[in-house]
Amino acid sequence: MSDDNKETAGSTGPREDDGRRERVIGTPSPAREKALLAEDNISAPAGVGEQLDEASAKRAERVVASFFLLAFLASVVFIAYFIGWSGRDGGMHGVWDAREVNFWLGGTMALAFLSMAIGVTIWVRRLMTSKPIVQERHELAADEETRAAFNRDFLEGAEDSGITKRPLLRRTLLLAAAPLGLAPLVLLRDLGPLPEKKLRHTFWGDAVKRAQAEGKRGVRLVVDGTNKPLKVSDFATPGSMITVLPEGMEEHLPEDQVLTQVAKAVTILINVPSGEFKPAKGRGNWHVNGIVAYSKVCTHVGCPAALYEQTTHHILCPCHQSTFDATDAAKVVFGPAARPLPQLPLSVEDGYIIATSDYHEPVGPSFWERG
Amino acid sequence: MSEATAPKAVEAPLTFLDDRLGSTTFFKRNMKKVFPDHWSFMLGEIALYSFIILLLTGVFLTLWFRPSMGEVVYDGSYVPLKGVKMSEAYASTLHISFDIRGGLLMRQIHHWAALLFMASILAHMLRVFFTGAYRKPRELNWLIGIGMFTLGMLEGLAGYSLPDDLLSGTGLRITQGVAEGIPVVGTYIYMFLFGGEFPGQDIVPRLYMVHILLIPALLLGLVTAHMMIMWVQKHTAMPVKNQSEKQVYGYPFYPVFMAKTGAYFLFTFGVLALFGAFAQINPIWLFGPYDPGAISSASQPDWYMGVLEGSLRIMPGWEINAWGHTLSLSVLIPAALPLGIVFGGAAAWPWVEAWVTGDKRHHHVNTRPRNAPVRTATGIAAVTFYGLLWLAGANDVLADKFHVSLFATTWFFRVTFFVGPVIAFIVTKRICLGLQRKDADIVGHGVESGVILMSPDGKFSERHEPARDEEKHVILSKENARLQPPDRDANGIPAPGSKGPIGHLRSRLNRAWTYDDIPVEEHEDGHEEIESGRTSREIKH
Repeated sequence: MSDDNKETAGSTGPREDDGRRERVIGTPSPAREKALLAEDNISAPAGVGEQLDEASAKRAERVVASFFLLAFLASVVFIAYFIGWSGRDGGMHGVWDAREVNFWLGGTMALAFLSMAIGVTIWVRRLMTSKPIVQERHELAADEETRAAFNRDFLEGAEDSGITKRPLLRRTLLLAAAPLGLAPLVLLRDLGPLPEKKLRHTFWGDAVKRAQAEGKRGVRLVVDGTNKPLKVSDFATPGSMITVLPEGMEEHLPEDQVLTQVAKAVTILINVPSGEFKPAKGRGNWHVNGIVAYSKVCTHVGCPAALYEQTTHHILCPCHQSTFDATDAAKVVFGPAARPLPQLPLSVEDGYIIATSDYHEPVGPSFWERG
Repeated sequence: MSEATAPKAVEAPLTFLDDRLGSTTFFKRNMKKVFPDHWSFMLGEIALYSFIILLLTGVFLTLWFRPSMGEVVYDGSYVPLKGVKMSEAYASTLHISFDIRGGLLMRQIHHWAALLFMASILAHMLRVFFTGAYRKPRELNWLIGIGMFTLGMLEGLAGYSLPDDLLSGTGLRITQGVAEGIPVVGTYIYMFLFGGEFPGQDIVPRLYMVHILLIPALLLGLVTAHMMIMWVQKHTAMPVKNQSEKQVYGYPFYPVFMAKTGAYFLFTFGVLALFGAFAQINPIWLFGPYDPGAISSASQPDWYMGVLEGSLRIMPGWEINAWGHTLSLSVLIPAALPLGIVFGGAAAWPWVEAWVTGDKRHHHVNTRPRNAPVRTATGIAAVTFYGLLWLAGANDVLADKFHVSLFATTWFFRVTFFVGPVIAFIVTKRICLGLQRKDADIVGHGVESGVILMSPDGKFSERHEPARDEEKHVILSKENARLQPPDRDANGIPAPGSKGPIGHLRSRLNRAWTYDDIPVEEHEDGHEEIESGRTSREIKH
């Protein structure tokens, strides 16, 4: 019989009914299949469709009813707990209250849903007397005649409307529609500013300029979090690593710009033991006795490259494991990053570590205009 | 039976509707719609119900959540963060968790339901793929399914970015970095998406709109279309007794399927409530507010993003710099290629398969995976591919747990990315063919009964009994492969399309699809024996 299926599948032969009349459920199918009602029910829920033994049915009914009762009780406890207990002592506030409320409300809610679900399931499996039935699968496609009639009507309509006869109408309509479709795109222009040179500078540049205007050589580095300027003597332990920012971000930036500028300017300061430090060409004076500063923004996709391994002097980005060598101009040792972390030129002024200019290249992920 | 009348409470509204809409005709026709049974058919239902639960819990959360990146100083009831500067979005999420009764529960159910939604879609799609249920006439629903999974990924990304905690901010940072890497328009997309430079002030309100309005509306539309198409086309059936291409066998929608599926909704909700109550998820108060300079180690996205994370991680750092421009291959390739292969391949597959096999018929009865070895093997290869990338998304966790070097773990995935799917394909295909051989044996010789007979001349043999009818029906559902030679006209001239490289490719693929098929069929002469009930065969091992 399985072969029969294949031969007839998708065939467009005449149907035994007229294709519209639904067979009355329970009457023999016009299809050739033998079995209509399952005597040997296959994947049927146990018990469904069988003659129920009244005594066991009664038992099943009681079991189902008890589950429904349990669901009822659980919902009542849910409401009672909410009204009666959860708001005591000035309401739910803080971790311990939240935890208690979460257990009670969630627990009773789960109990209500699950016991109702179990009840219904037992009901279906033990008490419903529906029998499996057979229905025909009808041909999905319309027959040839209908298709032909549709085509006729469609062409007739097109003819009647004149759209086929009058190309000028058709073309000017299309012309009218085209810019209308572009209009919404134009409207989206003010979603954001143009990139311009924004990605090429960080706040270090502004800060250095401001400091130099005041007659200093550069801007002091402050420790992220405490905002305290950093002295060389404070950072004398080889192998240490700290996150720094330019001084004066909070004072000189509008409040809604601080986080955005921090995201670009964030920098790691590492004290590499001088014996292992290999300053890059042209950057001989960018470090202070092995204290170097690199951008903390990973050059892969911009996560903070925050892990520093003291023994190997590797800087690791925890997002995608790009690894940079702190002793060697932060060159990529492993991972998906394609370029070293940019280095910030450092110097000393009045015992404080300062930056003498902005990064010489854009920080963060690569982009098309970067070059 | 006398004229049955429904109770007035049912009768009155039905009559009301019928008088105005003619709805009773529709109800009559559909009330007893047959739904074939199989456990795997419920996977899609889990997805549907998770979606409903997401809508319900999501509405609750919107009542208190404030999609704003404006800075506030926290003064709520979570003591460790008192006095800390944070965005309003983060503060309101803390408020929902610690000051709204049931807020934490709804947040946790919402998050668990999102994970379950995506997981059940994936499981459902695998079921559909491996049983060939995507074939004509159901290709449209297959595409809708792929569309829903893709939208679900975006919806999830937007959703878990909203609380503006450290983890979600890191996710957004990665999104930004990937957007920036797009050639030519990358920086513009980045600026337009974030309303300026990262993180700016606009992204959370925008994602909020996308998360609670745009994508849910699209998903709702697709879910509706998916269900209506399924209803019209009727569900596929497993290749068991009573099911055929012409008819469907099972329990009627009303009352059996209705009750079962209702119970199923309750089960889904109940289990999610259980998780929401007792299994902590996304404890944003432990991560702290977003700070672009901070990160926690072992940052992991929600599972359905793991595959992207993994491909980003194992990619070598390739980049092209020429003519003043940068092409960031180490971002572009992992962001577009693997999911492009999996989703694009899945979307094209029904047509590719129909083209290769030349099978343009309707299929309502599913195929057993073993009976379409190339399809099954391709599916398992895709699962391997996806699974490896997914695991690679946790390479740091794996390296830590199994005490292997991180770089070695990465290299393992770099190699298995290429080798794994190939091995999976070969092994799966061998297993399928082995199972076909076993089937052929059962049909041809019956099943081993365990009864050993000794003939008068001292020979031992084991009695084989014919397989049960049901079993035989399942086994014989296999359609033995037939090579599809290129079409020829009456004079034996091959059809125009069958020549040339495309035509030859098709012929070769067709041969690859069919050449090692094991025919499974009843022997012509076997009928008598099997009908007479017993047969015995010599042991020839």
